[in-house]
Amino acid sequence: MVIEKTYGELCVTCNEQGYLTDLSQWTKEVGAEIAKEEGIEMTDRHWEVINYLQDQCRKEVPLSIRKVGKSGIVSIKEFYQLFPKGPLKISSRIAGIPKPVSCI
Amino acid sequence: MKELLILGAGTSGTMMVNHLRKALPKKEWNLTIVDQEETHYYQPGFLFLPFDLYKTKDVKKKIEKFIPKGVNLIQEKIDRIDKGNDNVILKNKDILKYDILIIATGTNIAPQEIEGMLGEHWYKSVFDFYTYEGAKNLRNKLRTWEGGKLVVHISEMPIKCPVAPLEFAFLADSYFINKGMRDKVDITFVTPMSGAFTKPKATEALNYLLEQKNIKVIPDFNIERVDGENKKIIDYAEEEIEYDLLVTVPTNMGDEMIERSGFGDELNYVPTDKNTLQSTVKDNIFAIGDATNLPASKAGSVAHFEAEILTENIKRYIEGKELKKEFDGHSNCFIETGHGKALLIDFNYTQEPVKGTFPFPGIGPLSLLKETHMNHMGKLAFKWIYWNMLIKGKHIPFVSAKMDTAGKQIEETIN
Repeated sequence: MVIEKTYGELCVTCNEQGYLTDLSQWTKEVGAEIAKEEGIEMTDRHWEVINYLQDQCRKEVPLSIRKVGKSGIVSIKEFYQLFPKGPLKISSRIAGIPKPVSCI
Repeated sequence: MKELLILGAGTSGTMMVNHLRKALPKKEWNLTIVDQEETHYYQPGFLFLPFDLYKTKDVKKKIEKFIPKGVNLIQEKIDRIDKGNDNVILKNKDILKYDILIIATGTNIAPQEIEGMLGEHWYKSVFDFYTYEGAKNLRNKLRTWEGGKLVVHISEMPIKCPVAPLEFAFLADSYFINKGMRDKVDITFVTPMSGAFTKPKATEALNYLLEQKNIKVIPDFNIERVDGENKKIIDYAEEEIEYDLLVTVPTNMGDEMIERSGFGDELNYVPTDKNTLQSTVKDNIFAIGDATNLPASKAGSVAHFEAEILTENIKRYIEGKELKKEFDGHSNCFIETGHGKALLIDFNYTQEPVKGTFPFPGIGPLSLLKETHMNHMGKLAFKWIYWNMLIKGKHIPFVSAKMDTAGKQIEETIN
């Protein structure tokens, strides 16, 4: 199921869990609006992580907390401080990339 | 003579050597396979061993039994691959020259990656079941365990056979009911994912199993350390979970030899083209099975489907033809749910598991995403298929390398 959502002046398509279905629709404004829904005030540090995640997604590299922790961008501890309670899940949503999933 | 070298004689390597010995002329190609072990383990059996459903003899045979005639088997540790000079250096300093290399060194558990996991509590109150040693020690523990808090735990993704921890929890429920002590055991399933199931159709079809079996799920738990003394696991958000018996799937990593060779990702997996199985390291290096970084499940069925396509691509590579971009991430897994029943799932890179029939559309006899006794019989029969057909590279009738959409209830979904 696909849902159309409006963030600011932009209309984007999301899945039922609120993850963007097309990264090309993403803008920084959309990201900031999603962050507000998640209760996160974005800083430069947050955006650095978001840029890294999008970059990896475009290269089709599967993401994990470890991968982010070893990226040199942010430590796992800080990743948790930036995006508390499920950092990869929340940051992926803000970044407009798919939610990390297992096989079933 | 040209040299084709395979590293690893597990499920993938053994299948490849059997396929290629038939496919490549003996007068032109020497085949060599290297593995440090002498035993070939039936790894799906590690799930049954802890519950006394399989005996140790069900899960191990000599490696050499499955290596065809006309192949050199070398039992020695691998030091590293020297890709610049197209050779492999063994621990005993022998150098093996190759024209084509296939990496099939699989994935191992790495409990040392989690603080406090290894140490004096390992195989006393903290166990894995992904190794023969772990599964056997856990069996001995369960035989005398008097109950308490059983925590079944995944450290981080990706792991080999991603559904195995859930199957372990289901079988534990069955096991303790049969022993008349289910009321003495709390079963908790702890995962770094957002749930026990994360795909929409599977969640819809299978969530009842957890309630029915009274298994509590704690999602989004990313372990930082094990406090063995106080029997607790603690995550990066400082959440704590107490256990009496911790059955964990430690971090999974590719072979350290990959790291020593100077390639591989942060988990020592080989960067591999997800459709052709050629590595992105060098044109004459290919990878298969758990050793790759493909976004597919690390499972025997995946390796089996990959083997058919990789065999074709090795032949094409030798003939100078373009490689087939054919691998679609096809995976096919039985999921034991306890009490003599099992589920079956069949999916690929883009198609999530859905309901239907398998392998014959509309007939079965196996049912997809549904608990049946027939599926359980399929899983048990698979042990015979594994030892007698699969690793010997014999084609399994009616099951193709590419996923079949017929027989599946597919709605249009956008992930």
